[in-house]
Amino acid sequence: MQWETVIGLEIHAQLATNTKIFSGASTAYGAEPNTQACAVDLGLPGVLPVLNQEVVRMAVKFGMAIEAEVADTSVFARKNYFYPDLPKGYQISQMDHPIVGLGHLDIEVAGETKRVGVTRAHLEEDAGKSLHENFADSTGIDLNRAGTPLLEIVSEPDMRSAKEAVAYMRKIHELVQYLDICDGNMQEGSFRCDVNISLRPQGQTEYGTRAELKNINSFKFVEKAIYGEVERQKEILEAGGSIVQETRLYDADKDETRSMRSKEEANDYRYFPDPDLLPVYISPELRAAVKADLPELPDTKKQRFIQDYHLDNETAYKLASSKELANYFETVVKQSNCEAKLCSNWVTVELLGALNKSNLSIQESPIAAPRFAELLKRIADETISGKIAKQVFEFMWNSADSADDIIEKQGLKQITDSGAIEAIIDKIIADNPAQVEQYLSGKDKVFGFFVGQTMKQSQGKANPAEVNKILKAKLKR
Amino acid sequence: MSLTTDDVNQIAYLARLGIDHQDTSSYTQNLSDMLELVAQMQAVNTENIEPMAHPLDNIQRLRPDIITETNQRDAFQTIAPQVEDKLYLVPKVID
Repeated sequence: MQWETVIGLEIHAQLATNTKIFSGASTAYGAEPNTQACAVDLGLPGVLPVLNQEVVRMAVKFGMAIEAEVADTSVFARKNYFYPDLPKGYQISQMDHPIVGLGHLDIEVAGETKRVGVTRAHLEEDAGKSLHENFADSTGIDLNRAGTPLLEIVSEPDMRSAKEAVAYMRKIHELVQYLDICDGNMQEGSFRCDVNISLRPQGQTEYGTRAELKNINSFKFVEKAIYGEVERQKEILEAGGSIVQETRLYDADKDETRSMRSKEEANDYRYFPDPDLLPVYISPELRAAVKADLPELPDTKKQRFIQDYHLDNETAYKLASSKELANYFETVVKQSNCEAKLCSNWVTVELLGALNKSNLSIQESPIAAPRFAELLKRIADETISGKIAKQVFEFMWNSADSADDIIEKQGLKQITDSGAIEAIIDKIIADNPAQVEQYLSGKDKVFGFFVGQTMKQSQGKANPAEVNKILKAKLKR
Repeated sequence: MSLTTDDVNQIAYLARLGIDHQDTSSYTQNLSDMLELVAQMQAVNTENIEPMAHPLDNIQRLRPDIITETNQRDAFQTIAPQVEDKLYLVPKVID
């Protein structure tokens, strides 16, 4: 039987605020255990939550970016369950009246654009962390993370493959960083994803029973976890079995999912409106302010890059995927005065290649955009060839020197003086009579040999166009 | 709507309340009576009436995103039953 995979994602994006959602405690990552868990975060008797205005602003910003309905009023509710890292015995979240309603996002997979619905996005507080490793019969609890603001972004079950799910996740990841509402750091858990997966026979309209995969913190693992889970469900269904609706934990080490039974029994959360918090009102003033503050979004930027710089879709998509990368590219274009195509090639191939190899982000690039622009200027004005530029790039990567200094110091300046090139070529022709003979008798391929020799003799510095021109002239007789 | 004793036991479990089994049937009766009262209220036509999220007719005040709390871990941990390596200790929980 042909099965169709149906996937929906719940993404938790930690909002990049200074303080917790309901208290004035710091949210800085990596502090000593429990030093940033105040009385409110600990749920001590008598404390009251007070909502952080930044959290509201960030949620509204996200809502506008996905063209969603942003509710005039939204309501916080208590989600009740018992777990040691949840001190109050309930999590403050939103249920019936989330701050962000139905919106959408366009993803690109294999050159095709697909619209994915975003059902809702709601605000909630994070729980603390349980540390199981260091104690024999106990679990240690660090409540620094308790009360950290999260935006839970719930998609429609619109994705049909692991590739689409990953493309959607990446798109949300890019977007929250564009909006400056989440740092996107997956190692630190600032961006996490739960995946709902079900299968149904091809052509059937109603959904099959789904399993929820939790605890996935990388794009690679999301893809792998989905492949594994699809196989697991397929096997069960094809053997005539049925899928149990359950939560499964993805184990990256073993690349498999396993049932999380402990969470099952507690799945009745008995939500009710939190009496400690009043409804949140989004004023027209706040809407206007957020709208004015909205940056150019990735899709718009991509279109602009295609139009203004005549980039192909793939390159434009790549460059527009991060605000920092896009800014870098545009700075290079402006300051180098070079063709955008040359700039985009150098940024996406050489620079990104080197950054990936060293595991650096564009912000951490050892070569800042203005210095990079100087290098491209020298390619454009033919001071150096593209090949030599790669050498200069290497030197720049490992030093703080300017391209001009390196070209000067290393003597890499291109030889455009035709007299000098002619002298080299004359010598090569004199030294290789056999090859000259071959070429003249019609073996055109041998031309490459002469070009190669000339470049070698000039240590790569001869201007390739000039070399071709002179060789053609000299070998024609 | 009337509850069964199983429902009551389940609710007690979810709320982590230890109840005396002798009392289960009276709880069942009491809770069922309450639901009965709610059922009577259900008869009222509430169309076009906005649900009340809070008895106070007001909106939430917001606070600026500024750190106001200082580290009071030592004070808080004096009332914790068990602490080690600056962590609160609880009986082992495993998923």
